[in-house]
Amino acid sequence: MSLKAIHLVFIAASTLLSIGFGVWCLKNYFQGLGSTSDLLLGLGSIAVAAGLICYGRYFLKKLKNIGYL
Amino acid sequence: MDIPYVAQPRQDTGLYNAKVGIWLFLASEVMLFGALFSSYIILRVGAAPGSWVHGLLNIPIGTFNTAVLITSSVTVVLSWSALKAGNFAKYRVLQAITILCALGFLGIKSFEYREKFLHYEVWKTDGTRLLGHIDYNGTHPLFWKTETLAQQKLDSIKFVPDPYHYTMTAKEMAHARKGGHGKEHEPVTIKTSEITRLSSFVPAHSTYFGIYFTLTALHALHVLGGAIVIAFIWGPGAKLWKTDPDRYINRVEVSGLFWHFVDLVWIFLFPVLYLL
Repeated sequence: MSLKAIHLVFIAASTLLSIGFGVWCLKNYFQGLGSTSDLLLGLGSIAVAAGLICYGRYFLKKLKNIGYL
Repeated sequence: MDIPYVAQPRQDTGLYNAKVGIWLFLASEVMLFGALFSSYIILRVGAAPGSWVHGLLNIPIGTFNTAVLITSSVTVVLSWSALKAGNFAKYRVLQAITILCALGFLGIKSFEYREKFLHYEVWKTDGTRLLGHIDYNGTHPLFWKTETLAQQKLDSIKFVPDPYHYTMTAKEMAHARKGGHGKEHEPVTIKTSEITRLSSFVPAHSTYFGIYFTLTALHALHVLGGAIVIAFIWGPGAKLWKTDPDRYINRVEVSGLFWHFVDLVWIFLFPVLYLL
């Protein structure tokens, strides 16, 4: 497995973490358990997840000539 | 006689020697961290209700450190890609950012550790337990324990209690944190004779901190090791680029594979230790 392949796995895991963390923060905030920082962290995390998805697409396009092995 | 497959991959496997080597090494690392993760799960599931420490880590700092490591992974892979395209200058810049990210991560982690070493739990003779900081002549001492009180010949300590305790549920803790703003800095005096145990948040404090420090310190050692290897390839090892560029690119890829493994471990560590 090449660096390209493991990087894609890593970006997928990071995206899932960002979405999960964002949902966790926003849930805390809307249930009245969190503060404004939870709202900011939640929204920031969802934005990072969207950014990672865009980056993943860019990365695949940029390294299309490099193999996965 | 030259050693075969040092730079070019074998026809049948498509792999060069170092890539086989790093994957075998990473397999052993998976077993090491896997055993520790399993230990954590078993300890956590087996803990008596209300005894498991939770909610004491700094989530914004942990989140920032996660972002630092994700950034470093991006720079590692882009630097490798730049090198494959023959752009050595771009590789140098991107790997320098990786090394800075690694140092930043370790710096933030050490700050986080220090915060834990300053934080205490006091077990009192009446059964109550308090979390907070010790105020000793206007300073916050590190690493005090029950014996320190006798060694310092103290009759009492000034303690700045937190408005919450980990025996509370997550909901109760959140309410206590919200309601306690402004009140947590009022110190109380606790007589030494009323204290049965005093411990800062060190591995000896509890099972949670034992496994927390084991996992995070082992991870931090891997970050340090990875940073040293990347820095060597980036610095003195860069001479190879002029004599054998294919082999140099392979070295960068192999160090990048290790770096991704280290970052992936953190992607699992962060939610497990900070959020659950």
